[in-house]
Amino acid sequence: MSTETAPVVLTACADGPILVRGDVEIRDAAGRVVPRRRATVALCRCGASGIKPFCDGSHKAIGFRTDDEVPRPPEPVPAPGDGPHRDAP
Amino acid sequence: MRAPMPRGPLSERVLASLTSGDVDPALPDEAVRAADASADLLVDEDVQITLTALYELHHQGLDGVDDRLEWDPTLLRTRAVLEERFEAQLRRDVAVPDDLLAELEASTATEGLAPAVARALFDLTSRDEGPSLSAYVARKATDAQLREMLVQRSVYQLKEADPHTWAIPRLQGVPKAALVEIQADEYGGGRPERMHAALFARTMRGLGLDDTYGRYVDDVPAITLASVNMMMMFGLNRRLRGCVVGHLAAFEMTSSQPNRLYGNGFRRHGYDADVTWYFDEHVEADAVHEQIAGRDLAGGLVEQQPALRDDVLFGAAACLAVDGRVGRHQIESWTAGESSLRRPVAVGSPA
Ligand code: FES
Repeated sequence: MSTETAPVVLTACADGPILVRGDVEIRDAAGRVVPRRRATVALCRCGASGIKPFCDGSHKAIGFRTDDEVPRPPEPVPAPGDGPHRDAP
Repeated sequence: MRAPMPRGPLSERVLASLTSGDVDPALPDEAVRAADASADLLVDEDVQITLTALYELHHQGLDGVDDRLEWDPTLLRTRAVLEERFEAQLRRDVAVPDDLLAELEASTATEGLAPAVARALFDLTSRDEGPSLSAYVARKATDAQLREMLVQRSVYQLKEADPHTWAIPRLQGVPKAALVEIQADEYGGGRPERMHAALFARTMRGLGLDDTYGRYVDDVPAITLASVNMMMMFGLNRRLRGCVVGHLAAFEMTSSQPNRLYGNGFRRHGYDADVTWYFDEHVEADAVHEQIAGRDLAGGLVEQQPALRDDVLFGAAACLAVDGRVGRHQIESWTAGESSLRRPVAVGSPA
């Protein structure tokens, strides 16, 4: 195993769950750790799943839509050395 | 696995060639004759069991058959002749709806190819009407019918994921990573006891069935073999990589909720969590897999190779059509008070 830590990536799926990739602890409302049984998990964001916090595909049955989720314009990425100039007046 | 029993003149000759090691040079011509005489290859017992035997040479092999026959040119030609006609029938019978294609064109323009392909696949799989085997199992199936369903499914589920794995070295980049991500989970994420095929075997044992690989191949009808043979054909032929990807996407997209219902059927008969583990596992796993399969696998492949778009959709539609027939056969048999198998299964009997 490499010692470098890869960032955790969350992917919001169209009309569906949020996929979680990477090493992150998931806790329930009471603060208990939710056992993670697979490398990639899908978190329900439609509210209809029978196995919350995970998705069980119920979003399809209730016609959950995310079209109002407009793709954001890309954030301007600061070029290296282009950070805040602390010595500027 | 144990070599299957022949079901007609073609399989008789193919199995004789396999077990003797002396391959009959007339097999490809025999295969042409058998396939051309068939009104419906999907329910042709002789042709489908022949394909099953020939494909198995590439997986676990057949007991008493020389492993070298896997690459015997005459046997490969025999398989190719059958596949050509099998594929042609599927392409004739299975249609991707026109309005789905029109919507796919429109959404490709607005959101890009990969998300549009995922959307089209979710749309296609949600249209699947027709009687639902999982709903029947949840509400009506008797204990004996639950066993039959496991026997029917065991032909694929004891090698679950294997046919699609053939696609991995044919893909690159995004779709390859997506397929490996799905398959790694199918194969238990490094823990053999969590492999989906192993979980299915556990369910079989819980109902007193024999979980030996290929144990019930002789018991299931042609249509069940056809659904597995179709995956094998899509998987083994690089040319059909779009089809195998579409097939997997459709399979995953029609799995979570049906598996919840299958689990309910077994719970209704008092079976415990050990027996329903397989189904419960799929409710969660396939809700993940369907997302990866839709966008990154199928969408990602089409983005790289747009010419494969229609094969991806065809593979998905073929999965729905053939598995629909498999399910309908079981429901119709059971509704008529009959067994869906070719012969009644002696539970717990030695192989
Ligand atoms: S997002 Fe899939 S069930 Fe809620």
